[in-house]
Amino acid sequence: MSPSAAGFREASARAVLDPALREAIRRVTDNLAVRRVQVTAELPHFDVLRDRAKRIKEHTLANLDRYLEQLEAAVRARGGHVHWARDAEEAAACVVRICREAGARRVVKSKSMVTEEVELNRALLEAGIEPVETDLGEFVVQISGDRPSHLIAPIIHKRREDVAELFRRHLGTPADAPVPVLTAAARAHLRQAFLQADVGITGANFLVAETGTVVLVENEGNARMVTSLPRVHVAVAGIEKVLPRLADLAVFLPLLVRSATGQRLSAYVSLLTGPRGPGERDGPDAFHLVLVDNGRSRVLADPELREALQCVRCSACLNVCPVYERAGGHAYGSVYSGPIGAVLTPALTGGRGLVDLPFASSLCGACRDVCPVRIDIPGMLVALRARAGQTAEARWERRAARVAAWLLCRPRLYRWASVAARVLEPVVRRVPVGALRRWARGRDLPRLSPTPFHRAARR
Amino acid sequence: MPDRPHRVALFVTCLVDQFAPSVARGTLQVLERVGLRAEVPGGQTCCGQPLLNDGFPDQAARLARRWVETFEPFDAVVAPSGSCVATVREFYPRVLAGSPWEGRARAVAQRTYELSEFLVRVLGVEDVGARFPHRVALHASCHQLRSLGAADCARAVLRRVAGLELVDLAHPEACCGFGGVFSVKFPEVSEAMLRDKLQDVSATTAEVLVSTDLGCLLHLAGGLSRKGVRLRCLHLAEVLGGS
Ligand code: SF4
Repeated sequence: MSPSAAGFREASARAVLDPALREAIRRVTDNLAVRRVQVTAELPHFDVLRDRAKRIKEHTLANLDRYLEQLEAAVRARGGHVHWARDAEEAAACVVRICREAGARRVVKSKSMVTEEVELNRALLEAGIEPVETDLGEFVVQISGDRPSHLIAPIIHKRREDVAELFRRHLGTPADAPVPVLTAAARAHLRQAFLQADVGITGANFLVAETGTVVLVENEGNARMVTSLPRVHVAVAGIEKVLPRLADLAVFLPLLVRSATGQRLSAYVSLLTGPRGPGERDGPDAFHLVLVDNGRSRVLADPELREALQCVRCSACLNVCPVYERAGGHAYGSVYSGPIGAVLTPALTGGRGLVDLPFASSLCGACRDVCPVRIDIPGMLVALRARAGQTAEARWERRAARVAAWLLCRPRLYRWASVAARVLEPVVRRVPVGALRRWARGRDLPRLSPTPFHRAARR
Repeated sequence: MPDRPHRVALFVTCLVDQFAPSVARGTLQVLERVGLRAEVPGGQTCCGQPLLNDGFPDQAARLARRWVETFEPFDAVVAPSGSCVATVREFYPRVLAGSPWEGRARAVAQRTYELSEFLVRVLGVEDVGARFPHRVALHASCHQLRSLGAADCARAVLRRVAGLELVDLAHPEACCGFGGVFSVKFPEVSEAMLRDKLQDVSATTAEVLVSTDLGCLLHLAGGLSRKGVRLRCLHLAEVLGGS
């Protein structure tokens, strides 16, 4: 997570000058959004599922301590180990320790946002352990030293030619290789990694408190390899991922998969409960669950932002966001991009990106409309703006707001001020400053009407 | 459908007051045509949305209290803006939460409507007897569309305007990129959104671009005139009121 204090303006301004980026993003997001609409419309009770999911999440978060303890007990009862990590450093250090104790030199990973969040790969490399990303998109991110720019399509910002060139350099494929050749090369490369790895690291889409189960939703089958070939499986998950009962998956799986990729069901859904048991043929010798807080309990204690913890990372909100589409994921300066990223980043970090991310939205509300758990993202962005309004950076705006409110609460004075504004208008139009100048970059300034309505009405 | 209100107030909105009084006059005319003489309470100014969206809910709350006080004597409040109505409905209860004002705000918010929403959903009127022989493209604001769920009301009343031909945009639900403070904090992204919206409009045969919200309309008009494109931009109330 590279910080970006006032970075969104610059990064988004650069992004809008790159039509290829826009095209690349749009091709994927439009496709995902169209399929989402199709497959959600198929389920007549989709909105009922959404309401149900919302209630389950609210209930679970309100009783999170209890469900986490239940989860821990269930995982232990099945022979797994549970670790608690307060922050990113603790989480990364914990995984490194597990890998060291397992004598691991190489580890394979499946796609996981939380391991990006805690910068696990960096910690592993520093400890002399080589992580290999096995999700195709994440693999490309890794070999190009890049960062994911979308929750489920991490290389949405890359064109096919970029990927072909990367593969030519790293895997020796021909420069003009078609996609099947590229994927075959990646598969051959990754197969070696799977066979050589001592530890497999995954995230978790859901954790089931009742049974101690880790649920992984994927399409490439790599997560299944990651969790079955190496001796040790480490699942890293944010504490908000817990669901009370196995039956809750009947609500959340269709919501997640249909909202995310627009499939009816993903190619693979793995329910993993503990290490290989006696008499079982598959599975790792040891299973570790690392539960990461890293700001989540702060968000939980925050009534205005708590709802953000209900997010299932489906990416539907990104795929309909007109700002994300044009700014691209990297502009958000965080692993979490798009509308929910603009909430999560300042929320989880206690304020990073607060001065710009909450404003990186026209508040059009498309995100709220599609969110499978009905998260009020615009409402939270407005709440975060209020916090931005209290920062030192906003002291002039704060003063201006106070004056404006004072004036607008005095209708008569305001009507007189309107007259004065008309006297000043020609000057302001000639040399627009501040916000007016930023408006006037690409749009003509509107003209005040010669007489305001209220004044004309009084005459 | 709610009862037909007796005392109706017009909330002019600050943008209409300052930039397009004809929108307020149009609204009054439409209401008159359907048999309602709306009053224009003198104490009104702005609903406070800009202050709220800029990050100053306390200042917005001052305006919200004033607004509630000004409009609560009426049976219904009508505004030519989906956006301001959305602010009253969605955000007043929040910025006034925990005070006696919250309940008062909820009560008056329930009786506050955007113009076309009021016509269709309260009065049950789609045909207001207007005439406007032009091809029209409608940009319902995002608030009109998503917060109020009333884009169809605007479409319904336009369809019944004599001589008017409503042409379809390819992406009617796409935001025009205004978003108040957003348009000046991130002008590059905002302009990129505007460009696409205008392209969508230009690809149609529309002679007039109509919106339910003056904010969007000023943004769209500013983009058009910068590009040197001559296309009339009118507010829904101006079309219906036939001013
Ligand atoms: S906020 Fe909602 S729509 Fe966006 S990723 Fe999370 S669950 Fe999906």
